[in-house]
Amino acid sequence: MLAWTIYISFIGVLVLMLLPREAARAARIIALLTAVAGCGAAFAGALHQSNPGEVTTIVKVAWIPSIGASYYLAADGISLVLVVLTGLAAIAGILFSWNIEKRTKEFFAFYLALIGAVYGVFLSFDVLLLFVFYELTIIPKYFLIARWGSTRKEYGAMKLAIYSFVGSHLVLIGLIAAWVVARAQIGHATLDLVELSQVSFPLGFQHWVFPLVFIGFAILAGMWPFHTWAPTGHVAAPTAGSMLLAGVVMKLGAYGCLRVAMVLFPEGVRMWQGEIAALAVIGIIYGAGVALVQKDFKFVIGYSSVSHMGFVLLGLATLNTIGLSGAVLQMFSHGIIAGLLFAVVGRMVYDRTHTRDFDDLQTMQLGRLLPFAGVTFVLAGVASMGLPGFSGFVAELQVLMGAWKVFPKTTLLAGVGIVVGVAYTLRAMQKAFYSDGAVPAKSSHDHPLEPISVPERIGAMMLIAASLVIGLFPGLLLDWIQPCLNSPLFERLLKGGGL
Amino acid sequence: MNYLEVLRIAAPEAVLAVTVLMVLTVDLVVLRGASVAWRFGVGALVSIIGCLMAMVFAFLRYGNTDLLGAMLVVDPRTDFLKAVLLALAIFTVLISESGKFTEHVGEYLSLILLGTLGLMFLVSAEDILMIFIALELASLSLYILTAFNKRNARSSEAALKYFLFGGMSAAFLLFGFSLLYGLSGSTSLSQIAANLAGKGLDPLLYVAIVTTVIGFGFKVAAVPFHLWAPDAYEGAPTPSAAFIASGSKVASFYILAKILALGFAGSAGSAVWHGYVSGWTPVIAVVAALSMVLGNLTAIVQTSVKRLLAYSAIAHAGYMLLGVLANTPSSLSALLFYVITYALTVLGAFGVVAVVEEATGSDALANFAGLSRRAPGLSLCLLIFLLSLGGIPPLAGFIGKFLVFSATVGVDADHLGLLWLVILAIVMSAVSFYYYLQVLKQAYVRDAAEGAPAIKVPPVMLLTLMLLAALVILLGCAPGLLLRYL
Repeated sequence: MLAWTIYISFIGVLVLMLLPREAARAARIIALLTAVAGCGAAFAGALHQSNPGEVTTIVKVAWIPSIGASYYLAADGISLVLVVLTGLAAIAGILFSWNIEKRTKEFFAFYLALIGAVYGVFLSFDVLLLFVFYELTIIPKYFLIARWGSTRKEYGAMKLAIYSFVGSHLVLIGLIAAWVVARAQIGHATLDLVELSQVSFPLGFQHWVFPLVFIGFAILAGMWPFHTWAPTGHVAAPTAGSMLLAGVVMKLGAYGCLRVAMVLFPEGVRMWQGEIAALAVIGIIYGAGVALVQKDFKFVIGYSSVSHMGFVLLGLATLNTIGLSGAVLQMFSHGIIAGLLFAVVGRMVYDRTHTRDFDDLQTMQLGRLLPFAGVTFVLAGVASMGLPGFSGFVAELQVLMGAWKVFPKTTLLAGVGIVVGVAYTLRAMQKAFYSDGAVPAKSSHDHPLEPISVPERIGAMMLIAASLVIGLFPGLLLDWIQPCLNSPLFERLLKGGGL
Repeated sequence: MNYLEVLRIAAPEAVLAVTVLMVLTVDLVVLRGASVAWRFGVGALVSIIGCLMAMVFAFLRYGNTDLLGAMLVVDPRTDFLKAVLLALAIFTVLISESGKFTEHVGEYLSLILLGTLGLMFLVSAEDILMIFIALELASLSLYILTAFNKRNARSSEAALKYFLFGGMSAAFLLFGFSLLYGLSGSTSLSQIAANLAGKGLDPLLYVAIVTTVIGFGFKVAAVPFHLWAPDAYEGAPTPSAAFIASGSKVASFYILAKILALGFAGSAGSAVWHGYVSGWTPVIAVVAALSMVLGNLTAIVQTSVKRLLAYSAIAHAGYMLLGVLANTPSSLSALLFYVITYALTVLGAFGVVAVVEEATGSDALANFAGLSRRAPGLSLCLLIFLLSLGGIPPLAGFIGKFLVFSATVGVDADHLGLLWLVILAIVMSAVSFYYYLQVLKQAYVRDAAEGAPAIKVPPVMLLTLMLLAALVILLGCAPGLLLRYL
């Protein structure tokens, strides 16, 4: 069932390619149906999975026997969380790009190709296959931004593509080296993740190969100081593009860190644990601090993503169950909330006012003109600050609890990041929507702003609901994540066994 | 020695030779007064039928045969490679369809076939004399093919450059071969290796190694022997350039690997980091490293797509040389997989360039602007070819790279001694992505000039390109289809 998430998306791409050029409306509907079907398959598959703690094989056939590669799709609880997230984000992204008029069918074709590849990454348990899907995401990302983006779109797109490609090539070096070492040790070639995770790589080897692979993936997760693609890329991207970038693509990086780098080289993680935590915290504070002084609304959200992804990396660095489960939960939570924030900024505000500059927005009294957008942003902002009741709270709390056990001082600094987070969110909220005493806008009265459309309302409510449900009942996801962390796959990572 | 036996062993080559004569005869005698398009159509048909028949003969045979002491060695692998070369020749003929650069279509087609014939003898030869003759037959055909656009001065200039460089490289090769013969007293590769065994690394042998590498370095356009390539690719009629970049690469790399692995078996040396042993591997390692770095960095600044493809070909030669220097059975099959899929991809890329050049008058990067609107099918093919060259999975180019790189690192699993070369290759391949994306950016992101009409792609051309693109995808998704023959 779960594998169909991938196939449905690519079938959607093919159907869209065959559509005539003018059929914009049909393209939208097909894209939406595809995303809904994909999301449905994701949910059905996830609920069908009886034991989320185990790696459940979906399909496994030999692909390139001479190097031990197989077409091996499987899922455990962590995959399920992220597959469901992808399904939700895919639908929301399409609802918020309902107004794309320029080359509609090509837009949605690239969009669905990206979604299909993302599903693929989350479901691959063969390292080469995972890498294939991971690289497959680069091309649609590039074209979505370069073609349909705004501010400095070609620059932002190329920067993102080059960063992703360099990152994935660091990973490739590590994978080839690991493949050779593993083959020498166990006597046959394999690229099966589960099998490779049982190989004890020599300590000296892990010492250099782990940071290579980890950084390769972490580039896409927005780890400081490799984060610089993120703000420019997010700002340049069209709304659906930045929703997907922040919502799922950054999670690909974090997922790769956890699933490949950390599971394969557990000793390597222990050697570099402190450094990762330090970079993560720098990212949290730096992202929040820079977000505080932005003039462009979208840059605020862009930097806030860097800050929130810092929590994911901090959670990964804790190497204890609570920290790791917090990290995975934060991936889900940030995917939902960042998507929502970008939707408000990109679709609800920018597409109507054609400006994202706070100085201009201040004069428009958007809180009164677009009450729905204002309320949505307040809810999303509150969720993003980590108020209890929303998903961000549970996730960040777990990360901090996990981190406190290992590095208390660093955790205190992360707390500073949260405070600054509150500050920049409030500042953005106030400047964009609720600044009073300003001159009534000149333009907004000449051209009354188009009201918030139905697809936007549905999308926003869907995402808010998702965040609330997980905030109130985190057990829904934790029941998938925690058994998974106790499974043999993570045993050597969490228990320090192995060598 | 029974002459019928020779004919049986060399059946594909014989069929092809007869086809050459038939193409010439039909064109010169029967179709004297007909229009160029008509003459080309008939000539192409005869050539393709001839190639297909030769392919059938190549597949029909079985077992391993060795004729006249390694003059003509036939085994399943060489038979398969011959079939590949014939297929590449067919594709070259098909993408020449829109090339209206010559009236001498009979000569043009027969030269393509003659070049293929030379390459087919080349892959079967394990005797240095035979290798040299086959190589010259192929090269001379390629020189003339480069010069075929007589209305364009650049074409003649390119051919002259190619010819002079090629002649010089042939001299180097011959010099190296004569030293080899002098040292070992034999012309057969295995005999040479046997006679040289245990003699250590004679200074003269070292000279022979270096001159052989120089000779083949020219053929495969590896740095620092690459200078002819950008000019030849740019000036030559596009289908000729495609043939130089595809068929001749496949055969040259195979025979280079064979000479080094068989003939210089005792003097391989080692290019392992901190474990350097002099021999031919370090020489190849240096040439490979230079090619990857220089080819990729220079390609970034090109504004002509053909020149860009030429520098990218230099860079790819660097990656392929890794497969040569790894020198294990798995690296040889990885190398052949790489070079065959590369040949298919680059043929397709040149095919697209040919159409754009025909429609817009030049192959400048800016002329690709808005291609996705002006010719959607064509630009989709371009997307696939360039992404495959850039090594994006799941296309064939990625699998080739992965196979070659993993085979290279696998040589020294204990210390990962060749990892430095692979790291260099992977870093450079990340660089290469940038310039392929530059072309695709023109096609997919930039808009065409106002009022630019749709580009009419000849149906045969479009079908050929789509077939090639489908092959690139198929061999990426199911590489086993090809690997089992290698």
